[in-house]
Formats: sequence, structure tokens, C-alpha cells
Amino acid sequence: MSQAKAGGNAAFVEFSHVQKSYDGVSLVVKDLNLSIGKGEFLTMLGPSGSGKTTCLMMLAGFETATHGEIRLGGREINNIPPHKRGIGMVFQNYALFPHMTVGENLSFPLEVRGMDKAERETKVKRALDMVQMGNFINRRPAQLSGGQQQRIALARALVFDPELVLMDEPLGALDKQLREHMQFEIKGLHDRLGITVVYVTHDQGEALTMSDRVAVFNDGVIQQLDSPDELYERPKNSFVAQFIGENNKLPGTVEELDGHKCLVRLANGELIDATPVNVREKGQQTLVSIRPERVEFKPEMMPKGAHTIRAEVKDVIYMGDILRARLKVAGSDNFVMKMRNTISQTKLAPGETISIGWHPQDARALDPV
Amino acid sequence: MTDQTAPPGLGAESLTTADGRPLKAALHRAQARAKRRAFLLVLPLLAFVLLTFVIPIGIMLFRSLNNPDFVSYSDIDSGTEIPVMQNVQAWFAANPQGTEPDEAAYAALAADLVHLKEIKAQGSVGTRINYVLPGSRSLFTSSARDAAKLAPPYKEAVLALDEKWADPAVWQAMRSSAGTITGDFYILAADFERDDSGAIVRTAEKERIYLYLFWRTFFLSGLITLICLVLAFPIAHLLATLPLSKSNLLMILVLLPFWTSLLVRTTSWIVLLQQQGVVNDALVALGLIGTDGRLTMINNQTGTIVAMTHVLLPFMILPLYSVMRTIKPSYVRAARSLGATSWTAFRRVYLPQTLPGMGAGVLLVFILAVGYYITPALVGGADGQLISNMIAFHMSKANWSLAAAIATMLLFSVLILYWLYDRLIGIDNLKLG
Repeated sequence: MSQAKAGGNAAFVEFSHVQKSYDGVSLVVKDLNLSIGKGEFLTMLGPSGSGKTTCLMMLAGFETATHGEIRLGGREINNIPPHKRGIGMVFQNYALFPHMTVGENLSFPLEVRGMDKAERETKVKRALDMVQMGNFINRRPAQLSGGQQQRIALARALVFDPELVLMDEPLGALDKQLREHMQFEIKGLHDRLGITVVYVTHDQGEALTMSDRVAVFNDGVIQQLDSPDELYERPKNSFVAQFIGENNKLPGTVEELDGHKCLVRLANGELIDATPVNVREKGQQTLVSIRPERVEFKPEMMPKGAHTIRAEVKDVIYMGDILRARLKVAGSDNFVMKMRNTISQTKLAPGETISIGWHPQDARALDPV
Repeated sequence: MTDQTAPPGLGAESLTTADGRPLKAALHRAQARAKRRAFLLVLPLLAFVLLTFVIPIGIMLFRSLNNPDFVSYSDIDSGTEIPVMQNVQAWFAANPQGTEPDEAAYAALAADLVHLKEIKAQGSVGTRINYVLPGSRSLFTSSARDAAKLAPPYKEAVLALDEKWADPAVWQAMRSSAGTITGDFYILAADFERDDSGAIVRTAEKERIYLYLFWRTFFLSGLITLICLVLAFPIAHLLATLPLSKSNLLMILVLLPFWTSLLVRTTSWIVLLQQQGVVNDALVALGLIGTDGRLTMINNQTGTIVAMTHVLLPFMILPLYSVMRTIKPSYVRAARSLGATSWTAFRRVYLPQTLPGMGAGVLLVFILAVGYYITPALVGGADGQLISNMIAFHMSKANWSLAAAIATMLLFSVLILYWLYDRLIGIDNLKLG
């Protein structure tokens, strides 16, 4: 990760003022500027239609940029056809050639590069061993399970030693358990091989687990580009706050603004502490966002002088590792609080009234939606 | 788990149900009802196929081997079968092949001719011999007319009626026809004939027509199939990749010929391609050809190829389209990203995946073309005729046996091609939709 961050000044992949339109009427990608360092694992995260896949396809060479420049290793690649870019790619449904065996699939990129047979065999074997699929060389893709196909697709994208590998929602078709397992495996391969990975997903959990940095896309614009912890704990706007993880939103008006702290008055007149992010002056409308696990209801856990507000417990859901309480706060009853499921944890009953509060830095006053 | 604890039905050797019946028998019983019902559902179709397909083809096969016209005459008035030419047949039975016809043979012939005249069967018998030896029908009809006047010595008397009776070929033709089951029609259909001694030899070179027609039929069908494949491939690809609204419109254009009568389509080709037709006029107007150099594009092979390609094109497009629609664009993209040029990606990744559709289309178009009749008959002229036109010709001449023999040969050559296809590509690779 340190390498990745250092790579910021010597960009390996660079989008510069890239725009893309399919119909000449609307822009799918609006003025994209993004540099990806060598060896970095960057995830493009966003809802469908946000432009993330389009960006990936432009990088792979399957779509042309309407405007702007895309550079790979300092070289402009706008007009280089996909087969000359030397980028490995893992597709959403693997796209393993059904009429070829696993071995032939892996051998394909080496054959088209004119590599001789002995060298091909060595490389194919090495790539298969890398994903623990050495025994499957003579199988057809149809004879493999989803997870196995995924590994082969990965091996095929890596077999010709590309420096950059693109992954387009590669784990979307797998079940939850296998998906989590493959996340670690892909991450492990990335660390071991030192390759640069650009990963597209709409699954925020996946993005947070695997990436060095995450670019959150919405409406053709990168909303925030940060490391997973920054993104989760310090979202820069309401979209990011809502898209990543669960979030409580409290609309209100800025009452006091003082550098790194502000007071927000909620609709029912109660006051809460928050950190100003997207607010500039008193009297402005804002949306305060607080993570459910950062909400406290025990006075001793709250900082001195913090404002507390009243909340009524609607129900408590037992989720195993945590307890999820739904509270009625400031007139709205979908305020969520998560509590660790420890032996000494206080059991809340529906209908109970409690006081809740938080560290001011955990409540972020963002732009109103 | 030990044997004591194993519940009944888990024995390794023969599985039984909970009440001890063999599992296989129980399964069979449980499924028998459903199977019976399924069979009853297909029964009408089975009967239909049997009645309209299996039996007629069986009759055709039988007809090609069986022609009793020299042995019996079916009298239409009384509806009875009257044996004919019995005396000559008796003489054939008594004398081995190659025996010079003697007085006894001519006496038998004279008696048979008289009998033919009585029951008016000389035409039918003459026609039967005419199949194997062209030009002999009149020999029978004219000789039978005067047969009553014949008196011993019969040899001279018969020869006085018609010199041709001395021809050993006539006697050979009668001998080979003297049975109900004969392979003669296959011999004829393969451009062979029997010489005077009964040996099978090739027909004179200028009279060989069937093998050449077979060859032409298969060659033209192959050519038409190839042209269809070349034309259909890009259209099918376009259909499969265009957005739905546009591909639907294109599909209607592809299917439009299906909704037009075959006759109308073929006639419009005549309008287009004839010497004073649209294409020639356009070429003359453009100055590409002179008025006296108008191209002959109809009533010859060109006409057959053009019109049949047009008629059969949808049969190639549809199976190709149905296969191409299932090939995701990500395959070609994957190949490109792996370093393949667009041509390599097409050749190594896209093309092999369309193989089931190509196989189905090729087989469909080829088999349809091999048996095609109307279009070559209308626009084929002399050198654009196919073997089915010959079958139709013999049927119109009531030579059912020869028509059936040619048709059977056609059927088996198609079956052989089908078998070859299965061996080379595999029939389970076929995908029609």
C-alpha cells in the first residue's frame, strides 16, 4: 500500500479529462481525471449506470473516449487497439472459450504472441498452479464449477504476465462464501505478483476488503477517491456516505459553526454535535451522517459536553455478532444503532426511551439531499 | 454402519423399497403410467408419420425393385391380374441364358402375342420392355396386331412380321424382365445396361445421363449451400448483434420471402434476369454491355443457382442466427484483450462457436437443394435441371419403377452424406434453434 501511495506522482495509468458519450446527447463519463500508481489495487465502485464499466472498457480499448487522453505507462493509448495494449482482463461471466480446454484457453494468449510450445507449457502450468488448478488442464469450462471457472479466468488473464489487469465484476456470479474466499485469493495474488489491478464492482464490501484505493462513481463523476478507511469514516458527500456502508441521516440546520465543529438543530428542535464537511455558513441546510456502530447510548462512553438526544427503541434484531436496534429519533423511526453482542451488553426493550450521542468527528454534516 | 443397523433398502446388491419390493420394479411401476400417457400423446403423430412417410417410402423402395408388367397384366375393367407371356417365360426357364431362340421359342412367342392381343395387354408389356430397350414398344403392339395370322414355322413367320425379333437384345430384354423382382431399374439409373448376353455394361457414352445428373445435382447443391453460407453469415451476425428493434425489422425482411408464393418469387427472377429483363436493361443502360451482348442468366444453370440461393437463404440464416445470438460479445473481447487481432479472434474464437449453426444450416440447405424441383423446372432450362426433374419426368411417363429407383438412390446418397457429417462433425453438434 505504501508503494501504491508513492505511485501517485509516477502514474502508471492516467485518465486525463476523459469524457464519453454514446448518443451525442448525454455524457456517461464527465471529465474524468484519475491516476493509478504502479502496483496499486484500485476499485471503481458505483451503482449501475454510473460510468465505471465504461471507464474500464475505455482502458481495455473496447470503447473509445469521446474526449480526453488515456495514458498507460506514460504512453497515450487512445488509438491503440485492444490486442496491442497487453492488458489482462477478467470478465463478468469469465468468457472462457467453451470450445477449448482449460489448457488451450490459457495457451491462447501465448500462442497469439508466437511463443513456442515448450515455453507455453511451462507458463500455462505455472499459471494453473498459481490458482491451484493444475489438475484441470484437460477439462472443458462447462465441466467446471463457477469458482473453478473464476480461477481459470484469473489464470488466463495473468498467464502472459501483463502489468495491468482489469477485472469487471469478476465475483458477481459466485455465492457469498466463495466470493469472500476469492476476494482474499485475488488480493493475495495482487500482493504476490506486484501487478496493477483496476477492479470494477458495485459491491461496496468487496471494494473495501480488497482495494488500496476506491473511486466511488456516480453520474459519470468520481465522487470520492480515497483509501477504504478514509472512505468509510470520512465520506465527503451524502452520496458516498449512503453508498458505502449503513448510515443514519439526520436533516437539520447549522446553528453554530466553529472551524472543526458545528452544532446542528434538528427538525424537532434538538441540538447535535457534528463535524462540518460540506457546510460553509450558519443557517445552511445540512444532512448529518452517523455510522450505526458509532452511536453510543451509555453516558460514560460519550465525550464530555457532548449533546445527547432522546430516542425511543422500536425493536432490536439479534444478528449474532451484533444487536441491531431501530430507534425513533427526531420524528423519524429508521435510525439504526449497532451494539456488540457481549455478555455484559445492556438489553434494550422495545418502547424504552434512551439518550444517544456520539463523538463529534463521527457525525459529518454533509450537503443536503 | 453395520448390517444390523442398516435399514432395508440400503443393501449394496439389490436396493429395495421400504416394503421390500425391488427398487427397479417399483420405479418402473411408478413411471409406467406416465410413460403410457406420454406414448398415447404421441400416438396420433406416430400414426400420421407412419401413414404419410414410412409407408410411402416403403412403397417407393418396393416399386423400384418390383415391376411385374411382363409377368402379369392388371385388367382395369375386371380388376383382376391376368398372367401374360407365360409360354416365353417357360422357354426361358427351360433354356439357359445365351441360348439362341429356336423354333420352340418363336412358337411360344407367337402364342403369347395372340394372348396379348386377346386381353389387349400388348401395350403394357411392350412398355415394360421399352424401359430396358427403348424403341421396342411398337414391336409388341404391331406384332400383336397381326399375331392371329401366324402359322408354323413360327420362326420365319414372326421374323416376317418384324425383323427386329431376330435381335438378341430383344430376347435378352424379355429374359431380364421375366420376373416380378428386378434390379434392372437400378442398373438403368446408374447408367448401365445389359448387353446381348445379359452382362451388365456401361451405356453408350452419349446416353449416360443419370450419373451426370446426380453429379450436377450434388455439385450445384454444394455450390448453392456455399453461396448461402457466405451470404447468410454476415446477415445472421448483424441480426444477432443489432439492438432488438432494428434486428426485428431486419428479421421481417429475411422472412418476407417465406410469406410470398414460391411461384411468385421464381417468376420475379425471370422478370429480373431474362434477356430483356431488369438486370440486362440496367447493364445496357450503364454501358457495361452492348445490346447484342445481353447476358443469358435465366433458363440455364445461372438461373437455377440464383433463384435457389434466394429461396433457400432463410434456411441458412435462421439456424446461424439462433446460434450467434447465444455467443456473448465478451468472448471476442476476451480474445482481443488476450492479444488476438480481430481476425484471429474471429477465426479462433467466434467461428468455432458458430459451428453448430453452420452445420445445421448447411445440412438443411443442402438436403433441401438436392431434392429441389419447382425452381429448376421453371428457370433451369436444359442445363439447370436437377435429378428431381428427371424423377418427375419418369413419373409423368408412368415409369414408376425407374423414378422410384432414382429417388431411392437420391435418398441413400443423402443418408450417406448425413452419416459422413455425423462422423466428421457429429450430429449432436447440430443446433437448429
